[in-house]
Amino acid sequence: MDFGPHLLLASLEGAVTAAILALTAMGLSIVFGVMRVVNVAHGEFFMIGAVIAWAVASSFTGNPAIGFIAALIVAPLIAGIIAAVADKLILQRVNYDPDRTIVATIGLLYIIQQTALMTFGPDARPVTPPFNTRLSLPWFEIGESGFVMTWPWGLSTTSYKLFVIVAAIAVLTGLWVLMTRTKAGLIMRATQQDSETAQAFGVPVKRVYSYVFGLGAGLAAVGAVLVVPIQQAHYLMGHDPLLLSFIVVIIGGLGSLPGTVIAAILIGMSDGIISVFFSPTLAKIIATLVVALVLVFRPHGLLGKKV
Amino acid sequence: MTKNSLYSHCLHFGTIALLVALFFLLPAYHVGNLSRIMVLAVYAMGFNLLFGYTGLLSLGHALFFATGMYGLGMAMNTFGLPSELALIVGVVCAILVSTAIGLLALRTTGVAFMIVTLMFAQAGYLTVLYFGSYTRGDEGFVIQQAERIFAGVDITGETSRYFAALILFSIVFLLIAYLVRSPFGRTLVAIRENEERTKMLGYDTVRHKLLAVIISGSISGLAGAAYALLFGYVGATFATVQYSIFPLLWVLLGGAGTTLGPLIGVVFMFYLIDLSSELTQAYMLIAGVVLVLLTLFAPQGLAGEIRRKVFKWLP
Repeated sequence: MDFGPHLLLASLEGAVTAAILALTAMGLSIVFGVMRVVNVAHGEFFMIGAVIAWAVASSFTGNPAIGFIAALIVAPLIAGIIAAVADKLILQRVNYDPDRTIVATIGLLYIIQQTALMTFGPDARPVTPPFNTRLSLPWFEIGESGFVMTWPWGLSTTSYKLFVIVAAIAVLTGLWVLMTRTKAGLIMRATQQDSETAQAFGVPVKRVYSYVFGLGAGLAAVGAVLVVPIQQAHYLMGHDPLLLSFIVVIIGGLGSLPGTVIAAILIGMSDGIISVFFSPTLAKIIATLVVALVLVFRPHGLLGKKV
Repeated sequence: MTKNSLYSHCLHFGTIALLVALFFLLPAYHVGNLSRIMVLAVYAMGFNLLFGYTGLLSLGHALFFATGMYGLGMAMNTFGLPSELALIVGVVCAILVSTAIGLLALRTTGVAFMIVTLMFAQAGYLTVLYFGSYTRGDEGFVIQQAERIFAGVDITGETSRYFAALILFSIVFLLIAYLVRSPFGRTLVAIRENEERTKMLGYDTVRHKLLAVIISGSISGLAGAAYALLFGYVGATFATVQYSIFPLLWVLLGGAGTTLGPLIGVVFMFYLIDLSSELTQAYMLIAGVVLVLLTLFAPQGLAGEIRRKVFKWLP
């Protein structure tokens, strides 16, 4: 394959990564934005989503689409409930103290991960995509014989991958509507700006926190359900999404939602492209170093405002 | 000598005497465990100086541990240096890395400091994997038994290994005990309690924090180098996030900001994991549960709770 088609293929893979990443990182970003806590267990809610998606999808026989749709509803719900309960039992009791919350969520990370190991087992398990038509893509070239359209071998994507991108855009649009056009969004934004004043105006801040923590976990789980037909479910799979979400949230500016989306596209695309042309490990080394240096020299991220 | 410092001298030398006595009292299996525990306790003490006394929570200490470990391991295996020189190489590497990390990471505070250290450690781990042809990546490499001779003593035997670990532990233990009672250590505690006020009183807090990172990182690197030398294995596992979390767990469990806490924490956690890994493969579950329970009920750890309730003089 020539460089051009190869780059197009890499960009398509990158777009899928970016879509999943935008969903997962958005969960982390909302939690940080509203509650001002860093949830180190975020990747494990991603993993819960994937594992439940496998459990639900494999319990339905017949058309894989039914199982998949059921998983898309059930998995985020369960992940959200687990997160909300964890918030009530643990985070609320340490009063969202930043240091203690980090330590507690590290503990939560191991509890969830190891429970998954005991119940789900150490094997990676696949989920059948609801549809998976192979789509060949054309490539346009201006050669000696003028403008030609070719179909390079290997330049193709699947209908499912395109669906992932569309679905992620749909969920993010829904989230934007929720945050800016509904009363629930108004309450969340009020809590984010000044939780004490919000409390004084009758906003049940504690309950809002539980819902927000659940919403964050749910978003990660949606990302995971979308990704399992491409990547298998495994009890250690939460590690990479956590790291990448951290990177995205920091680059985008802590707590800035539009920044998160832009950074997710930036990181997802460049991760996809660097991984195709160079080594995935090198891509991650560069990304982590960039994040550390961004935090050191621009502590509010690229789009973040000064607090 | 005041009464309190007499007590703490008795405590520190008593602990070392107890460790000597345990060698003769315990069966061979536990003696082997204890030499591992003492080296890990050195790592925990290095971490405690920064977290417990200075109040800086680093989530990337595995980077320093692994730097010492690979510094020694590669000096011996790749360049064929004798173990004494290799140990120096390992520690010097750790000093250099911790100075660089300190200069960069200390520009941030709070949550950002934790994430920056976590990210640098992650980059370090990935670098070990990326240069897999030299470091042998996840698989790691073994330091040959014939080469593991330190100052003319073969340290592969159970007895010599135990006392090598004990000597290392005692030096670092007494050093830390001295350091935290010195004006330098007092200033670190002052920074932990109220950095602004310490600065206003005329102390150079930036320099103190940088020194704390360097000393803490070097001790962790020394522990890593000693671990590689005494147990003969160097691997990327020791650079993972898990090995940054372990010292936090040990120190929190034992009691942050106490001299004895790290040792207590390592002993408890080591045997907790040892016992539970016989029952289930998901032994890290225990670590998670302990972490959550600690943050909820005993944020000061075992030694910290003892100090609060019984012995106020505990160093």
